[in-house]
Order: sequence, then C-alpha cells, then structure tokens
Amino acid sequence: MGWFFRTFYSTIGKKLIMSLTGLFLCSFLLVHLTGNFQLFKDDGGEAFNHYSEFMSTNILIRILEIGLFLGFALHMTEAFWLYFLNKRARPVAYAKNQASENSTLISRTMIWSGSIVLVFLLVHLKSFFFDHRIIGSELTMYQGVVQAFQDPLYSWFYVLAMVLLGFHLNHGFQSAFQTLGLNHKKYTPLIKTVGLLFSILVPLGYITMPLYFLFTK
Amino acid sequence: MKLTLHVWRQKDAKSKGKFAVYQANDILEDMSFLEMLDVVNEELIAKGEEPIAFDHDCREGICGCCSLYINGRAHGPKRGITACQLHMRSFKDGDTIFIEPWRARPFPVIKDLIVDRTALDRIIQAGGYISARIGSAQDANAILIGHDQAEASMDAAACIGCGACVAACKNASAMLFVSAKVSHLALLPQGLPERESRVLNMVAQMDKEGFGACTNTGACEAECPKEIKITNIARLNREFLRATVI
Ligand code: HEM
Ligand code: FES
Repeated sequence: MGWFFRTFYSTIGKKLIMSLTGLFLCSFLLVHLTGNFQLFKDDGGEAFNHYSEFMSTNILIRILEIGLFLGFALHMTEAFWLYFLNKRARPVAYAKNQASENSTLISRTMIWSGSIVLVFLLVHLKSFFFDHRIIGSELTMYQGVVQAFQDPLYSWFYVLAMVLLGFHLNHGFQSAFQTLGLNHKKYTPLIKTVGLLFSILVPLGYITMPLYFLFTK
Repeated sequence: MKLTLHVWRQKDAKSKGKFAVYQANDILEDMSFLEMLDVVNEELIAKGEEPIAFDHDCREGICGCCSLYINGRAHGPKRGITACQLHMRSFKDGDTIFIEPWRARPFPVIKDLIVDRTALDRIIQAGGYISARIGSAQDANAILIGHDQAEASMDAAACIGCGACVAACKNASAMLFVSAKVSHLALLPQGLPERESRVLNMVAQMDKEGFGACTNTGACEAECPKEIKITNIARLNREFLRATVI
C-alpha cells in the first residue's frame, strides 16, 4: 500500500485524482442535465416528479450518489491542497508580472471559478436535496423548482454560477486529458473542440431552466 | 537611448532586498540586455558603488545562466530567446524597465538578481542520467533510432535548464524542466533500462524541493527560450503513471 499513498501524495498523483474526478463530474453534468430537461414537458410536472421520485428511491442510483459525493469531495480536497502547495512555492511575488502574455485568465483562476461553483452547489443542495429529501416538504419537486426559480435573485445567481462553470470546463475539460498524459497531434485538436462545445452547451442547457421559469411562470 | 531601471538589490540570501532606481544613459539599441547592464555597472563602479550582480556565462543563449525577469516576463518581452539574446531595440527611448530575479521557494536569491538553481541539479542527480560503462565510443549506427523518435528526443534535449519555466509558472512548477529531462531519455533506447526508476525518483525530488504542481496554464511553454512543448509534460505524466502501474 505504501506505493499507493506515495503516488497520490505526489503532485502528479494529486493532479491525476483531480482529472479523473473532474471528468467523472463532467459525465454527471450531462446525465443530470438530460434528466432535468423533463421540466420542459408541458404536463404540470408529472414526468419530472416521476423521474425525481425514481432517482431518490432507486437503490442503484443511491449507491451512485455516494460515488458522486466522494467525487466532489476528492476533487475539492485536492483542489485546495494543490492551491496552497502552489502558493507556498512562490513566497515572494513579482513586483511586475505580465501573466496575460503567456496564459489565459481562465486557466489561472480555476480555484475561483471552482469555488463559486462550490457555493452554488451548497445553495443548490439546500433547496433541492436537503429541503426535499432530508426535511421533507409538502411541495412536489416540480413545485419546488418553480418556486425557487421565480425568485430573480436565485435565478440570476444560478445563471452566474453556470457561466463560471463554463469557464471552469473551458480550461478543465482539455486539461484533464493533458494530466492523464493524453496529448497528441492526432487527437488533441478533437479533445479541444469537444471541450469547447461542452463548456458552452452544458452550462447553456442548465441556464435555460431558471430563465424559462423566471420569464414564463 | 535613455532608460529608467528598477533593479532588485539584495545583499545576500539573509538580507531583505528592495528595488533601486537607476538611470541608464547612452544605451545603444544594438546592445544586448546584458551589455546594457554592463554599461550601468561600469558607471556604478566609477562612482564607487556596488555593481549589480547578475548571472551570465555564454551570452549566446546556450548555457541558461542569464536568469532575469524583465518587465514581468521571464527573459523579457520576446519569445524563444534568453535574456542575453534580447537586444535593446526591443525597448523604446524613455522606457521604464523592471528587473527582478526568478521568484520561487526552491530558488533562493543569493545576491541581487542571482538565484540558487541547484534544486534543478539535484533533480538531475536523482535520475536524469543513464548508467553506462564507459568504453571506447560505439559505432554510431549500432543502435538504430527512428527519425521522429530522435527528433522528439532532441527537441526535449534542447532544454538548457535556465528555470524560466519555473519563473513564469504561477505555481513555480518545474514540470516542463523535469518533463524535458525525462522525455529525452525515455525516447531513446539508451534511456530505457532506468525508465521507471528515473521518472519516479526525479518527480519525488521535484516535490521534495518544493516546486508547485502543474495546472496546465501553458505559461512555461510560452516563456521557454528553447520553446519546449508541454506535450513533454503529458509524456511525463504518462511515464509516471506507467512506472507506477508496472
Ligand atoms: C461540476 C463540478 C465540477 C466539474 C465538472 C469540474 C471539472 C474539472 C476538470 C475536468 C478539471 C481539470 C482537471 C485537470 O486539470 O487535470 C478541473 C480542475 C480544477 N477544479 Fe474542478 N470541477 C468541478 C467543480 C469544482 C469545485 C467545486 C472546485 C472547488 C474548489 C473545483 C476546483 C478545481 C480546481 C482548482 C482545478 C484546477 C486544478 C489544477 O489544475 O491543478 N472544481 N475541474
Ligand atoms: S548567458 Fe548563457 S544563455 Fe544567456
């Protein structure tokens, strides 16, 4: 087991965890998004409620949910750990530094885009997980969603968080493959294109939901 | 041309440093950046002041000594060159220029603009070599190496160990340096016997020295005077994974 801990204690090992959990979270984003599109079905929320009932009672889904929680926990632990290690590696800052000449702002601010997504996640879990599944509510899941999104503050914060998630994915998606050692002129252009599309389309997909309920209900 | 220089002055590793401001007059645009500093130093010596200490040796871009962070960029504003290859024609009359040493915990300042880069040497000592019995030179074609393989290896071997990658990286990560050293040996048959132990030991030493981790911003590639590509970092990650799993 020594080799195992040594590997994941090293900087490259930590990044490997970030990339694997990051890609796992990307797959979750897709599944979650497609499921939630049922909100748009014009049936008073019947299909959506049915789906949410299934998701919260199916044993397999519940087990996967633990994996998802672990994925988030690992991703964030390593993110903050690396952030502080990296800060420590440069105790004296440059008086003059032109970072924009050699790298993108998005790639340099992953910890900030990630942290705002984290705050969003906590708010999101409070309204749609904690209040419904732990405390219990007389509203159906659909009614809960409609109610939440009628609050402009809530909806616009949702939109902002999704834009930052887009930034996070814009760098993160292709970066994860580099971390895994996959960078080759044969397929890297494809990874970059898919990453760009993913980082635009997925957050855009989520954004349609608060805006739909904010402006139509 | 006339320039205003803000130069980091620090007596020794233990002292606190600060910026000093100098006026550089009579600078010709054909001078190299280091020659400009020579002129400033001549004046300082004539006035009985301590000249600015900076690292240099070959002054033709092959030794990697000249480690200057010029106006917020490693080796100054131009791509693909070292500070000694930078010419004053890249600046305008009346410009203000900030000159700082490389900043990283594993690179402590020794004096003024000179930093201690032996951390990179210790990484090489941890595995950046091949163990071969030294006899008479082998026939050049005794071991055949494919063209693309040889080219990729030589591209990585162009690394002069200047530390610009560390200096430019927001995390002070030495991954580009280590990846270049691991790559040029991993790509050649002579490097294969120690392939696994090399990457594991070099990465362990890199971490021990206190360099940061790579976040794939690509700043190192953009500032490397030898234009070493981050595809080498991907190879380092691959070699590390391979050595761990095998
Ligand atoms: C659904 C949510 C998230 C997804 C899909 C996601 C995805 C990713 C991916 C794919 C990477 C690239 C990994 C690599 O470079 O190897 C990454 C990096 C990163 N993530 Fe996330 N992430 C999410 C949430 C978060 C959160 C909540 C944080 C909170 C702190 C965070 C912080 C970071 C940081 C700091 C990096 C850069 C790490 C580095 O390059 O060393 N992420 N993320
Ligand atoms: S002095 Fe040798 S590379 Fe600049």
